[in-house]
Amino acid sequence: MMPMGTENKAVRIFFTGVGGQGTLLATRLVGEAVLEENLPVLMSEIHGMAQRGGVVESSVVLGSASSPTVADGEADVIMAFEPLEAARALPKCNVKTIVITNTTPILPFTVATGQSTYPDTGALYGMLEPQIGELIKVDADALAGSVQAERSSNVVMIGVLAGTGILPVSKASWEQALRKILPPRLIEANLRAFESGYQAGAKKSRVRK
Amino acid sequence: MHELLIPASGKPQFLLGNEAIVRGALESGVGFVAAYPGTPSSEIIDRFSQLGTEAGIYVEYSVNEKVSLEVACAAAISGVRSLCAMKHVGMNVAADAFMTLAYVGVKAGMVIVVADDPFLHSSQNEQDTRYYAKMSGVPMLEPATPEEAYRMSIEAFKISEKFGVPCLLRTTTRVNHCRGPVNTGRIEPGKVSGTFTKDPFNLVVIPAVGRKLRLAQIERGKKLLAETGEGELGIITSGISFLHVKDAVRDLGLEDRVKILKVGFTGPYPKAVVRGFLAGVGKVLIVEEGEPVLEEAVRLIAQEAKSAVEIAGKGEGLVPRAFELDPVKVKRAMSHFFDIPFEPPRAAAAPELPQRPPNLCAGCPHRATYYSVKKVFGEEAVYPSDIGCYTLGVLPPLKMADFLICMGSGVSTAGGFSKVLDRPVVAFIGDSTFFHSGIPGLINAVSHGHQFLLVILDNGTTAMTGHQPHPGVELTPAGKIEPKVSLEKLVRGCGVERVAVINPLQIKKSREVLQDFKSKMNQDGVSVIISKSPCPLFETRILRKKKKIVFSVEGEGACDSCARACMTELGCPAFSLDTSETGEQRVRISETLCSGCGVCSQICDSVKPKRIS
Repeated sequence: MMPMGTENKAVRIFFTGVGGQGTLLATRLVGEAVLEENLPVLMSEIHGMAQRGGVVESSVVLGSASSPTVADGEADVIMAFEPLEAARALPKCNVKTIVITNTTPILPFTVATGQSTYPDTGALYGMLEPQIGELIKVDADALAGSVQAERSSNVVMIGVLAGTGILPVSKASWEQALRKILPPRLIEANLRAFESGYQAGAKKSRVRK
Repeated sequence: MHELLIPASGKPQFLLGNEAIVRGALESGVGFVAAYPGTPSSEIIDRFSQLGTEAGIYVEYSVNEKVSLEVACAAAISGVRSLCAMKHVGMNVAADAFMTLAYVGVKAGMVIVVADDPFLHSSQNEQDTRYYAKMSGVPMLEPATPEEAYRMSIEAFKISEKFGVPCLLRTTTRVNHCRGPVNTGRIEPGKVSGTFTKDPFNLVVIPAVGRKLRLAQIERGKKLLAETGEGELGIITSGISFLHVKDAVRDLGLEDRVKILKVGFTGPYPKAVVRGFLAGVGKVLIVEEGEPVLEEAVRLIAQEAKSAVEIAGKGEGLVPRAFELDPVKVKRAMSHFFDIPFEPPRAAAAPELPQRPPNLCAGCPHRATYYSVKKVFGEEAVYPSDIGCYTLGVLPPLKMADFLICMGSGVSTAGGFSKVLDRPVVAFIGDSTFFHSGIPGLINAVSHGHQFLLVILDNGTTAMTGHQPHPGVELTPAGKIEPKVSLEKLVRGCGVERVAVINPLQIKKSREVLQDFKSKMNQDGVSVIISKSPCPLFETRILRKKKKIVFSVEGEGACDSCARACMTELGCPAFSLDTSETGEQRVRISETLCSGCGVCSQICDSVKPKRIS
């Protein structure tokens, strides 16, 4: 399998996570990295509820597509920063979609207060796998902790995406984008987080670089 | 240097649609910017505010949209290029000023950005601002991408200046919050002072002047039309829908058969261009989000031109009227109307999963206020609410919002409810919303003796849209200041006799005050409690305060035989119910999420403070 988007084909990436996880920064990172490669790119974000523990969705579309909106069934890649949200994004998937999910759950308020129960994560993955192309599971929080970058699980996730080689973006461009959008004092920790994700991604995917 | 001031380098910048509009305005020599924040338009005023003195222009967070339009039009009347930005419902607030400014016009360029929110991502309705262009005869541009938003922002200033009328720049959420490459140009230093020539018979709209200007407005409309020039299966579209159409045409492999007309200048629609387009096609599909505004315009043009072209747009199996479009919805409509085979992508079905609604943050003082008010007034009272973070109090377990239509409605509707209902009425409104549009409702209540309690939830900022300032702000990056306008003095100035200020984080004291107010509620008119405690997110950000204390559930068996009021009545997101291996349930408080407000420790003896390093 070759990286997507090389023959001027469109790649549609849908991001989903929980307010406070830094999904929008991660989305921006992907957009900037693609721009470093001089490829056409559009990023779409929905603000407003981001800080209040609700679901936060965004998207990056690169290559030949014009619309920044990822319609149902049209996501090539799902970046899920939380396993329940990976499952909730299922309608965006088709049988070829690659889903990269963080395995650390964040309990929704409805679960924490006992109004509903959090599904078994194994069951969530079991539901996803037969309906999509590939499921890549990463404990991004643990990886971030292992390199003393506890607050950078979002950048670990982007490292994983980079490591799989799904996108036609060089490692230098990823790192350049990271340096561009982060304040200087946070760059070192985030480069470590990115690298840990990158290594994990390189091992997990069937994608040939 | 702020990234929006960086000189053009020939390399594109990756800008948000809203940032692209700001950059376009800066390159057009804008000198005066005013707005009240509202998603999805907020980043426009926020970025201008961040530029601060660096850009050398005047920027204000106005008290509401009407005021923003009025201050900005005064600048433009005096020859200073101005911009104001608002969300679609903000235009309703500004409409009174807007509709007559459309008569009076401006001397320097004035751009009014109005951001629609199809699918109501963060709004109370889905109204279509294009009707305002039609109703006012004010020109309107509709960009599709950040690059276009940038170029049209520049073009809007030119059109405004050329025709002496404000120009609307209408966006939708997917344009405002889309980030894409933008090739910028040279920034022009904005003129910030102007001149005023007295001209009352054109500027003071008494009926005689209004009649004259009305005729001039119609003439101007004709000129605007003549100005917008150039231009088998046809599609006419505008804004973000154009991008969905492009993808749909490519995916269906119809590049050779479909001709697209993308209209950028949409108020008024370019008749000659549309007529020319209709002459070259056999069937036309109109693809637009929202109401059939473009469709009706095209049908009218076709009728005038005696065109026999088959036209379709909104309708069963065609383009939906509600919510956002996407490439798949457009492909479905094209397939139906043009009779082209289309196999929609086999999307997986949505699984049944626990919901994740947004919630008041841990430590939010609004939760504490709601808890105490509910303890005192219970289910019996009717609770009109208003627009802000505190609207989230509608969710269980608090369930403290009974009625809401728009900014300021909490106060005025409480007056109405109190006149016709035989139950207590307690209204809620946030500090920023009170300044925005709550004051007239309160004065109305005082003058008519409406009997209700108004609780002003004063967290010292405009929290929902990202902590913008308002006239009552005390916490600023430079430290604590005396508020420019004191809420308490303002409320007393409106004629309210019974006023108290409480700290909602002090549960016992708050309840005593509430009890006292309840007992006197049917005596003499409206009473007001200002429930004052800063937004913890804002406080942390502004004061860079580190938390020193968190709370935890202490003691073996402390949680065993309890009704769990913490979960069923307070509902703080830092709490969760853990089940041990032996099946015992116990409440835990997340140290990460706990803000240390201590409200829970006042309702449960098992909750104890814990010092953290």
